[in-house]
Amino acid sequence: MLKALQIEPEKCTGCLQCEMACSYENEGVFNPAKSRIKVFTFHDEGRFSPYTCTQCAEAWCLHACPVEAIVLNDLTGSKEVISDVCVGCKVCTIACPFGTVNYNHDTGTVIKCDLCGGDPACAKACPTDAITYVDADHTGLQRMRAHAALALPQ
Amino acid sequence: MNHLIIGAGPAGVIAAETLRRLDPEASITLIGDEPEPPYSRMALPYYLVRKIPEHGTYLRKTANHFDRSRIQLKLGRVAALQPEQHTISLDSGERLDYDRLLIATGSHPFSPPIPGMDLPGIVPCWTLANARDIAGRAQPGAKVVLMGAGFIGCIILEALARSGADLTVVEMEDRMVPRMMNEKAGNLIKQWCLNRGVAVHTSTRIEAIEQGGRHPLRVLLDSGSTLEADLIVSATGVRSNIGFFDGSGIDIDQGILIDRNMQTNCTDVYAAGDVAQGLDFSTGNYSVQAIQPTAAEHGQIAARNMAGHTKALHRGSINMNVLDTLGLISSSFGLWMGVDGGEAAEQYNPERFQYLNLQFEEDRLMGATSLGLTQHVGVLRGLIQSKIGLGKWKSKLMQDPNRVMEAYLANTQAIGFNAEVLKSPSR
Repeated sequence: MLKALQIEPEKCTGCLQCEMACSYENEGVFNPAKSRIKVFTFHDEGRFSPYTCTQCAEAWCLHACPVEAIVLNDLTGSKEVISDVCVGCKVCTIACPFGTVNYNHDTGTVIKCDLCGGDPACAKACPTDAITYVDADHTGLQRMRAHAALALPQ
Repeated sequence: MNHLIIGAGPAGVIAAETLRRLDPEASITLIGDEPEPPYSRMALPYYLVRKIPEHGTYLRKTANHFDRSRIQLKLGRVAALQPEQHTISLDSGERLDYDRLLIATGSHPFSPPIPGMDLPGIVPCWTLANARDIAGRAQPGAKVVLMGAGFIGCIILEALARSGADLTVVEMEDRMVPRMMNEKAGNLIKQWCLNRGVAVHTSTRIEAIEQGGRHPLRVLLDSGSTLEADLIVSATGVRSNIGFFDGSGIDIDQGILIDRNMQTNCTDVYAAGDVAQGLDFSTGNYSVQAIQPTAAEHGQIAARNMAGHTKALHRGSINMNVLDTLGLISSSFGLWMGVDGGEAAEQYNPERFQYLNLQFEEDRLMGATSLGLTQHVGVLRGLIQSKIGLGKWKSKLMQDPNRVMEAYLANTQAIGFNAEVLKSPSR
């Protein structure tokens, strides 16, 4: 059964533990700027929204890559950047309509969420279960509900 | 079914692979006119700076990828098309039959009508062979003139500058990258280059190139001054490869005219990529975009129609580019130049080489330009493509255009698996 990150913004307190955990897991440093997950703040509404790659079926990044540096991980369903193959052309960063592939100046390659190979550090670090790693089907259902219920008033 | 694909670039290769997935029994032949395995021109600048070896430019990395997919690679150059007979002929005189044909012949570097353009030492940066040639000639201390500060010119600046060459850029428009950057952004890129010791002449035309004295070439500028050069890299734009199709009856404008199924006016003949004049998402017009993401989209849609499995309809591709000019990253999307009666939000910080410009029509994002932005830049595409009405977030973005990601989240509540959000925007 494929699993997916389920993000429930209403549970997020904005503590940024997920960003710290992601950065440490993937880069070996505590630097939120290098995190693959990002918490966006809505101060005037007192709301926080963690956001990262959804491993979407369209895989815009993967199809746009000219050198086959983004591949599907069959076990986790994630789309992963192979750093050694990435030339740093950044086409995937403009192709991803969700804005979740970013260029890393230090390495000259792009970075994106790879679900930590099936054990995502952000979900483990989240103290309020705003980020959980659950069956993909379950997430789909939750998303539909959340999308309908949480739309911001205009 | 016998599928024939002319052109082994991204559009052709993606089409061949998509066809194989959809039709396991089909015969698929991919014709290319270069000796190397299918490779990416996008990767050549990174080969030039020796970041990757030559095989790092290859489109597919697995050994025997094409054999294993039963895609036959054939080296040859197309001479003519006979759509009535369902055949093409090659330079060698050989004729090939097809049931369905995909023309993905790409584009070629435009050579401006300047006296002396045929002299040795003037090369485009378009093929692996060109890249090897440039790498060999751009030695430390060599005088190098780059003709054209467009996308390709800017992206190879890094390689030329790092080679230790003495570099001068000549661009006839009033700024750098005029086809993807507005005046402010294009001039900031120029300033960035000047600060790094690259001489940049904008609003300057090259009148002629002649053989030189101390250096093999001499460039005569319309300002009256001259530049000595050991190497001239010509990067003055590209044009669709449509020459083979004269007299074939296929409809051609700037490129081969296609409909939303990627089909030409000739039965069973499709076109994709740089050679195809396809639907532009933003303008609703048909144009040659000559960019990688569009080639990939075209290739996939053409293959689905050729396989006959679905009537796959092209929604139009967004014209967009991302460029790294000596480390300064810029991007532009859609109608970055603005729309009639629209509004713009802008943040301009020249000291830090940061710029963000958003173009709206009512409360929808239509285009964008960015400089120095590397985080979440793709959301600009998402906002344009999903045609999301931004509501109250429009005025927030007018005050602070940097909040595009928050604007997107607030309007989509994109949570968990949210791919469907884009397909059916809720407002």
